[in-house]
Amino acid sequence: MVRIFTRFEIFWHWTQAVLIFGLLLTGLELHGSYALLGFGPAFAVHIVLAWALIGLWVFAIFWHLTTGEWRQYVPTGSGLARMAAYYTYGIFSGEAKPFVKTRSAKHNPLQRLAYFVFKAAIAPALWVSGLLLLSYNLWEGSWLSGPLTLAVVAGVHVTAALALIVFLIAHVYMAATTGSPWYEYLRAMVTGYDCEEGECLPRRR
Amino acid sequence: MLAALQCFIASLGLGSLPMKRSCWTLLALAALAALASARTLVAAEAPLEPPIPGEAEEAAERVGSTADHSQFGVLEGPFESGQEVTQACLSCHTEAAEQVQRSIHWTWRYEQPETGQALGKRNVVNNLCIGLAGNYPRCTSCHTGYGWEDADFDFSAEERVDCLVCHDTTGEYVKLPTGAGHPPYEDTESQGKTFEAPDLAHVAQNVGETSLETCGSCHFEGGGGDAVKHGDLDSSLLDPPRSLDVHMSEAGGGFSCSDCHAFSGHIQGGSRYHVSMPDYEDSPLAAHPQDKPACVACHGSEPHEPGLHDKLNAHGELIACQTCHVPEIARGGLSTKTVWDWSEAGRMGPDGGRIVERNEQGRVVYDSKKGSFEWAEDYAPTYRWFNGEVSYTLVGDTIDPAGEVPLNRPLGGPDEAGSKIWPFKVIYGRQPYDAGNDHLVVPKLFGSEGEDAAYWRSYDWDRAIRAGMAEARAIGQTDADYSGDYGFIDTRMYWPVNHMVAPAEESVACGECHSPGGRMAGVAGVYVPGEDGHPLIERIGWAAVGLTLLATLLHGGLRYYLYRRQRRGGGHNEAERGS
Repeated sequence: MVRIFTRFEIFWHWTQAVLIFGLLLTGLELHGSYALLGFGPAFAVHIVLAWALIGLWVFAIFWHLTTGEWRQYVPTGSGLARMAAYYTYGIFSGEAKPFVKTRSAKHNPLQRLAYFVFKAAIAPALWVSGLLLLSYNLWEGSWLSGPLTLAVVAGVHVTAALALIVFLIAHVYMAATTGSPWYEYLRAMVTGYDCEEGECLPRRR
Repeated sequence: MLAALQCFIASLGLGSLPMKRSCWTLLALAALAALASARTLVAAEAPLEPPIPGEAEEAAERVGSTADHSQFGVLEGPFESGQEVTQACLSCHTEAAEQVQRSIHWTWRYEQPETGQALGKRNVVNNLCIGLAGNYPRCTSCHTGYGWEDADFDFSAEERVDCLVCHDTTGEYVKLPTGAGHPPYEDTESQGKTFEAPDLAHVAQNVGETSLETCGSCHFEGGGGDAVKHGDLDSSLLDPPRSLDVHMSEAGGGFSCSDCHAFSGHIQGGSRYHVSMPDYEDSPLAAHPQDKPACVACHGSEPHEPGLHDKLNAHGELIACQTCHVPEIARGGLSTKTVWDWSEAGRMGPDGGRIVERNEQGRVVYDSKKGSFEWAEDYAPTYRWFNGEVSYTLVGDTIDPAGEVPLNRPLGGPDEAGSKIWPFKVIYGRQPYDAGNDHLVVPKLFGSEGEDAAYWRSYDWDRAIRAGMAEARAIGQTDADYSGDYGFIDTRMYWPVNHMVAPAEESVACGECHSPGGRMAGVAGVYVPGEDGHPLIERIGWAAVGLTLLATLLHGGLRYYLYRRQRRGGGHNEAERGS
């Protein structure tokens, strides 16, 4: 076994996961999809979680910049087609994954692309639209409220949230079940350690 | 404690550690605790300010006025009429009548500065008893004067001002419902009730400040009876529990009406024709008494604890206080009138006599004289954008009889600075109109002995409208003539809801508006999270979510199926692949 994820990354990932699921659940209640806490309490929880997540993200961005780990998320064209082919065919016929996880390249090209979209599009859209919703009174009536109505900002927030749900479903399925053994990546994200080449069972379904 | 000790050392500059922010908090708390315990000690050992026995009682009994009216010879009486009492009042309060005569309580006239409309009770039309003209003695029983019986009433006659109706403290001074403002001078039967003649001298010797009772004697009875018209003003406010009205309740503020509707020179603050909406951006707390009865005059523009997100204060920029803090109309246990259909009037019983039908609460739902009614209590108001100005449809204005005619409209809109969402009680009506000219009309409903044109005597709309419109012209309400052709139109009238303010914990909860089909559902120009949505984005977004879920299930299911098949197929497949 070899260490793939640092203790910070493990902390960052799982704290973020809890916060995002909390935000998603309270957000759906605010959206009117269901009723549990009531709008007022759900809103308060949503805001607390949002500030916590923003704090975490600011710290994570700082960490990624200083450690250079941000390079892990730069999308690459090469290998993308092979990864896609693997997930659409190879995974069923038992082919080996056309990518080996190492400390310096933790993510396969498909992951890189997916995480990049999440970090560069979905998350910022949620941040910015969320902060605009929160600070509505500060910009309402200013030049900003020409192009930006509350409905537009809320529309961006909702769109990004729905994209987040799509990302989460695919991410949870692929990250939690497609290793070998199936829980390989989940274990790595918890312990920080993953199999070295040939170390683990070659069962890949 | 250790942390506190470290902080203390740091604060003395003894330690090498700099003061941390948490230290300051800790020290402040410690200092507070020390102060509190010191106070407790002092209080326990030697009370510095012993309570003066009976202080509270004495304050309560302290005479609020420098004059004892029972000692004035001029008030000894006996008085034959209200006017005689007024003359006695005016012998000292020399300017009082002139002040009253400038107030809307006397003139029943209001020039709306923004719209230029001449309003006031003498000019507007409602869908209750419709209008004043021709119906004086009944309507003017709530005029602060004596004897407005026809269009020729002398508005300059000082002795005709009624002082007692506002300043009575005995509760004995009652006006006769059809007495044109006079109290009964001898015991009188009216509407099945006996009205006892008050001892005017006794009443006059016991005058004082206005009260819930005096204001309520008219304002709770609007529309012809308790709770009929306003829905937020009725006799349940005479001694309300805190939950009904946090200001008026003895358990709350213990206010009188004039605490908010402050009077100056007999002119009160607050008007439903022109609602004042002062706003102070920089005034979180300070009181602006000159802006009463606006809530912000006392509460400031940021009355809520900011909490985590300060969204409640932010709401105040677009939403009137009343929108959340008056959660329902008619919360005091008395139902209020919501529909009045005059077109049903005139149906008689088998014996040819008047029919009066009541619901299980004893409220009249049909009366041959008035038509049919609907009532409601404890229900959510209607919400509209409002800038404080109200535009009226007046007699002589051309109306569209095909639609529902708004007798008044709250002005303002979502894009207009200063407009806020306000709660309104809406009364729906069906009432007579001039079908030849497409005008509203004022029918003569009430008639004294011998006034057979009155609808309540002859049940003849044509005669009643003809007589009413003649009076309307005589009083200067309109120049319009009656064409002789009448019909019935549907009407709608808005009454701003301001009273029966609930305690904070009983105000409208967030989810009442922020939920699908919430209270703001019909209000244009505002996006309410949780209530409004983006149908197209939602359809596409949830379809994408569904497809993703389906894809992962199919993908995973296929993998699982292949995995099981391989297991059943024995080990050699695996060995083959592994090699």
